[in-house]
Amino acid sequence: MTAADIAVGKEAEDRIAVASNWKLVWWRFRRHHLAMASAVLLIFMYTIVLVPDFFSTQDPERTDARQAFIPVQTVHLFDDGALSPWVPAIAGKRNPTTLRMEWTTDPKKKVPITFFGTGYKWKVFGLFETNRHLIVPVDPNQRIFLLGSDRLGRDQWSRIMHGTQTSMTVGLVAVALSVILGVVLGGISGYVGGKTDSFIQRLIELLQSVPTIPIWLALSAALPRDWTPTQIFFAITVILSLVGWTTLGREVRGRFLALREEDFVLAARLAGCSRMRIILRHMVPTFLSHIIATSSLAIPVMIINETSLSFLGLGIRPPAISWGVLLQEAQNIQTLALAPWLLIPGLVVIVAVLAFNLVGDGLRDAADPYSH
Amino acid sequence: MNAIEPLLSVRDLRVSFALDEGLVRAVDGTSFDVMPGQVLGVVGESGCGKSVTMRAILQLIDRPGRITNGEIRFRRDDGVVDLARLEPRSAAMRDIRGAEIALIPQEPMAAFSPVHTVGDQIVEAILLHSHRWQPGKRMGRSEARDITVGLFRDVGISMPEQRIDAYSWQLSGGLRQRAMIAMALSCKPRLLIADEPTTAIDVTTQAQVLALLRDLQERYNTAIIFITHDLGVIAQMASYVVVMYLGRVMEEGPVDDIFHAPKHPYTKALLRSIPSLYGQTRVALPVISGALPHPFNRPPGCPFHPRCPDAMPRCSDAVPKLMPVPPNQFASCFLHHEEVDPA
Amino acid sequence: MTRYILQRLALLPLLMVIYSFVIFVIIQAPPGDFLTAYVATLASSGSSISQEQIEAWRAQYGLDQPMIVQYWLWVKHLAHGNFGLSLEYQRPNAELIGEQIGLTLALALFSFFLTWAIAIPAGIYSATHPRSIGDHILTVVNYVGVATPNFMLALILMWVAFAYFDVSVTGLYSPEYADAPWSWGKFLDLMAHLWLPALVLGIAGTARLSRIMRANLLDELNKPYVVTARAKGMKEWRLVLRYPVRLAFNPLISTIGWYLPMLFSGSLIVATVMNLPNIGPLLLRALVNQDMYLAGGILLIYSFLTIVGTLLSDVLLALVDPRIRVEG
Repeated sequence: MTAADIAVGKEAEDRIAVASNWKLVWWRFRRHHLAMASAVLLIFMYTIVLVPDFFSTQDPERTDARQAFIPVQTVHLFDDGALSPWVPAIAGKRNPTTLRMEWTTDPKKKVPITFFGTGYKWKVFGLFETNRHLIVPVDPNQRIFLLGSDRLGRDQWSRIMHGTQTSMTVGLVAVALSVILGVVLGGISGYVGGKTDSFIQRLIELLQSVPTIPIWLALSAALPRDWTPTQIFFAITVILSLVGWTTLGREVRGRFLALREEDFVLAARLAGCSRMRIILRHMVPTFLSHIIATSSLAIPVMIINETSLSFLGLGIRPPAISWGVLLQEAQNIQTLALAPWLLIPGLVVIVAVLAFNLVGDGLRDAADPYSH
Repeated sequence: MNAIEPLLSVRDLRVSFALDEGLVRAVDGTSFDVMPGQVLGVVGESGCGKSVTMRAILQLIDRPGRITNGEIRFRRDDGVVDLARLEPRSAAMRDIRGAEIALIPQEPMAAFSPVHTVGDQIVEAILLHSHRWQPGKRMGRSEARDITVGLFRDVGISMPEQRIDAYSWQLSGGLRQRAMIAMALSCKPRLLIADEPTTAIDVTTQAQVLALLRDLQERYNTAIIFITHDLGVIAQMASYVVVMYLGRVMEEGPVDDIFHAPKHPYTKALLRSIPSLYGQTRVALPVISGALPHPFNRPPGCPFHPRCPDAMPRCSDAVPKLMPVPPNQFASCFLHHEEVDPA
Repeated sequence: MTRYILQRLALLPLLMVIYSFVIFVIIQAPPGDFLTAYVATLASSGSSISQEQIEAWRAQYGLDQPMIVQYWLWVKHLAHGNFGLSLEYQRPNAELIGEQIGLTLALALFSFFLTWAIAIPAGIYSATHPRSIGDHILTVVNYVGVATPNFMLALILMWVAFAYFDVSVTGLYSPEYADAPWSWGKFLDLMAHLWLPALVLGIAGTARLSRIMRANLLDELNKPYVVTARAKGMKEWRLVLRYPVRLAFNPLISTIGWYLPMLFSGSLIVATVMNLPNIGPLLLRALVNQDMYLAGGILLIYSFLTIVGTLLSDVLLALVDPRIRVEG
């Protein structure tokens, strides 16, 4: 080893010695390539959540019984070596025996498409109106079905974009609620102790031994029929987080109990810090990164739960669109054999959940390198 | 066979760990001998490679660690084997482990499985090497149990019949370590490796355990390698001492010479840092200046030179070889000779 | 030990009282009561019912009384094994539930054993061969397994079987055995049908359990007692099975506490998609049709199974772990 090597090693040691905890977490997280890739994917998905209409090719509610079960039209970027995006046209023929329309794609006939073109009108954040979209057919009277259409002739691509908005938001809001409940109740439980603590502990035990799916179903079946989709949406997130907070609550309590005995907390108390200051400035920061990691692992669970409830018809209800609502279309096996692309929303669910799990695992390893 | 032939002879042993951050050379060319029935003390600061050396002897180095070089010659009844050449999981190695070379680990609490009784774990060891008690005959569990009870009595555990069915966490620290010693002795080993056996227990019990070990050593004439960072323990236990620093032997010699006439600056520094009953009051205890280098930043040349009070320019260029230094020691230091270790 | 089990058992009735109350509050929350819905159903099907009969039922269930009285009457009937009458099926609820409960339990328990039989060897392999190709493959399978919702997997399997192999994987019996009395042949036929839904139901759990087993075992393999055992000269695989696997097992037993309940609830979705005889689809219909006493009865059974599952894991853990056995 040369003196230069030693100097480099020494520098690295010094750099680590002065880095803040968040910097260390970030450095460790960056080393997980899969987690980084998943994080990028999730950021992209949350961009869709912000402006689903921009990514849609047409109004997700537009029906046309004559255009039911149209198969996937794949996007081609080049035409004869020149950049000129198109999708193959579709040709329908009625089957004389089953009397069903049977669609085929015809790669000889091309439907030109364009990026950042104009289509139906929508409002950005409900504020100002625009008609720009990521992908639209050049001819505004044409309809394109990038991921096929369902039995009512609705465009699955556009519906998935809107479903993404609902499902990803449900996951996030439900976890946010869980975190608030978990940190507040777990914190009280761990810091106050005594009777309050044992009451909250019994409550957590009770909630944790609830048969989740049946009770969720019963709760959402009890929601009034005349509620608006928004009300239903919030009710469902509340129902989901009702059980979700308990795990976090337990964890926070455990940390508080352990930290209460730590010397630095005693030191802060002797220095005359107020209770609130000790909790917020001295105790919470030591396990904040851990809470963030745990929460990011809770989001995919919420998404799967929402999707399952909606799939069974007792979660998010049409006309609201979520991944689970979309998958209701795939319930019938005969339909599925005819139009297998109706399973695509399920793939989106799997990819999203996978990404969340990878990011969550990466964060947990980065936040707590010694726990595994 | 010559009586002064060593039982165990380690030559130029090197063990390195290939970590993501780089290669750590935990043991870097260590050589020493253990005579039959001798108590060899190995001292050094934490992280100097004492424990890794001992694990290498038993082929218990975990991945990503690997023995990269050297010989570990062990003398058995049927000749000499080089343990460094044996596969860690081979039957030949397993025949030696526990039977001929036994280990007394550092933490008796964690070294027993908490869900099996202590007796159960010792009986298992006896049954594994039952030929050492009854050559050519299978041994039953009840016989092994009787042997265990006898061993418990030997190591001074009262009520051995009851204690044998206890779990390790039901025993006190001293009893646990006695049980561990019983397990190590269960197959009448020739060599006992005691890896800081008294670090985790309190001082009074420590003295009892040391007395027990000395007593057993005299009774069975087992050779012991005694690893510790406590020089006081070495003075009580060992007849010959090896001083290690960063995976290399700095100095070795008979215990009296090491304590009264140390040759290597590192040994001198270690000895200076022992508090003395007769020292002046209100004088700061001398410490070894500087800190143990980070394992990835091994200094070139003599590993001790950055902290050495007597360092010379050549100390940072070449590694001194372990050479005899009169009257009775060996030292690797350019203060005493000019020999360079070529590796 | 016995005291510990008795303590846990004593908690069971208390929990059931709390659950039954919560369940009652939920099932009677939708507007209108059971009888109004019942009369409406009958009217729509063209038949009618005498006014006296309606009044008799109204009195029996206390429908004109406050909720707390209705609850008390419900519990009183339950205590006598009377789960009430299903308005949709016009049959006693106890009978409806009784027909399906056996197969519901069979599916969940079979899935449970299948899960353990797969997850534990997989976890042991991964932990003893970390970063090997096999470990990487298992890791990928685990991640995908956890990320795939039960119903999605069921749909995919059913679609593949139907579209490419032209077989139906729904139901639990072949047509010839559907109404046949129990026989060895019928049992084999059931097993031949049961493994696929059991696998679908258990896939996420299998993935999670084998991850837990891997992590636990990796932890245990680094403990000093493993070095002690190795220093004794034990064979490596025997040593791994006897010590670290044995210790890594204990936290796994505590997973039974959430895993069995998860299987009971999860079977609802799989059974609905794959059209299996199960109390899950029954509950779903009852909830949609506001068949409140049927829904209440089934929810109560789910709660009971959940509590028993948790209890079972506590008792088992005490049995295998001397540290809990001696101190608890």
